[in-house]
Amino acid sequence: MQSKKNEIWVGVFMLAALLALLFLALRVADLKSFGTQPTWKLYATFDNIGGLKISSPVKIGGVLIGRVADISLDQKTLSPRVTMDISEDYADKIPDTSSLAIRTQGLLGEQFLALNLGFDDPELGSAMLKNGGTIRDTKSALVLEDLIGQFLYKSGDNKPDDKSQGAESAPATPATTE
Amino acid sequence: MLLQALASFGRQGINTCAAFGRAGLMLFHALVGKPAFRRHAPLLIKQLYSVGVLSLLIIVVSGLFIGMVLGLQGYLVLTTYNAETSLGMLVALSLLRELGPVVTALLFAGRAGSALTAEIGLMKATEQLSSMEMMAVDPLRRVVSPRFWAGFISMPLLALIFTAVGVAGGALVGVSWKGIDPGFFWSAMQNAVDFRTDVVNCMIKSAVFAVTVTWIALFNGYDAIPTSEGISRATTRTVVHASLAVLGLDFVLTALMFGN
Repeated sequence: MQSKKNEIWVGVFMLAALLALLFLALRVADLKSFGTQPTWKLYATFDNIGGLKISSPVKIGGVLIGRVADISLDQKTLSPRVTMDISEDYADKIPDTSSLAIRTQGLLGEQFLALNLGFDDPELGSAMLKNGGTIRDTKSALVLEDLIGQFLYKSGDNKPDDKSQGAESAPATPATTE
Repeated sequence: MLLQALASFGRQGINTCAAFGRAGLMLFHALVGKPAFRRHAPLLIKQLYSVGVLSLLIIVVSGLFIGMVLGLQGYLVLTTYNAETSLGMLVALSLLRELGPVVTALLFAGRAGSALTAEIGLMKATEQLSSMEMMAVDPLRRVVSPRFWAGFISMPLLALIFTAVGVAGGALVGVSWKGIDPGFFWSAMQNAVDFRTDVVNCMIKSAVFAVTVTWIALFNGYDAIPTSEGISRATTRTVVHASLAVLGLDFVLTALMFGN
């Protein structure tokens, strides 16, 4: 009987260790993420995603509505294409005139996607975004190094053609998609 | 006078060498031989219980508190730079790379290593080992070998449990108490932690420590002077030597794994 009890406890110990390994592999090292609630997909293409990562938050006015599901390069245009998982609660409530910007939390914090709601006027041809919809109006990440570079460049000597070169790398260029 | 000091110094050196030799021979004789799984499996289970399962409580409790302290201290420092979202990374990496294997090994040396030494030392003092030899039972195979394997198997598992509980404790403090966004917390962690370099290296480290600690504990018990004083000194030596060896080896392993 004593040895039977020992066996059970050793079995419990092994199982606990296995659970710990699973936790470390899946949750901490993220071999494959799990734990999902119903979501719908939204796409957007940027010029530069900066430090945006998979599972970075998507927010409206600071309130979390979803997360970045995937980041890949568009096969044709080779510009970064971000897939977002948006909570089911916000289905058919986001107009397609909305814009998406990459913001940073604090000066050095993690980056997230801020969704600014657009107007909703069916007469002007706007509609609500459906599952698999694409947000056209995107603002790329602000690259601090570029900004500092531009600032130093401009404060040096101010030639007109230099200025146009500097403007090319300015962050806010709306991207064309599809 | 000077000659005497020199002689005692030399004798100490020779004794140390001989001890290393005896330790190596003991391990060799305990492990090398015809395996007899059927006969030794119940012994191994019993040792896994007394070495692994009984250490579970101290491992879980100290893992939880170390994780919580890491979370709180990390939060207090990181919040100065508005970088508290990186707390998950800090907690997970420090636990996986260093604290998990090392603290587990230190606790294991105190909890299980000293018990192994005392048990085998007392077996030797009461001449149980000699009577086993009289009955043509090899005490190295029957007594030392299951204990060694039990330590070798259970310590990496204990380190995994320690690390997992520690991360959960850090999340408890960071997310539930201090209100860091769970997505930031986990995604910063998941971006920083790599399964191959961190989790696997954690287990490799822990396996190396397991061999070291168990070997030192078993050898000190087996080599103890068979008196009550000898056993007490052997037990002390186990804890001191095992802790020093673990801390020293940890630096070597860290330099090998993450040094470049």
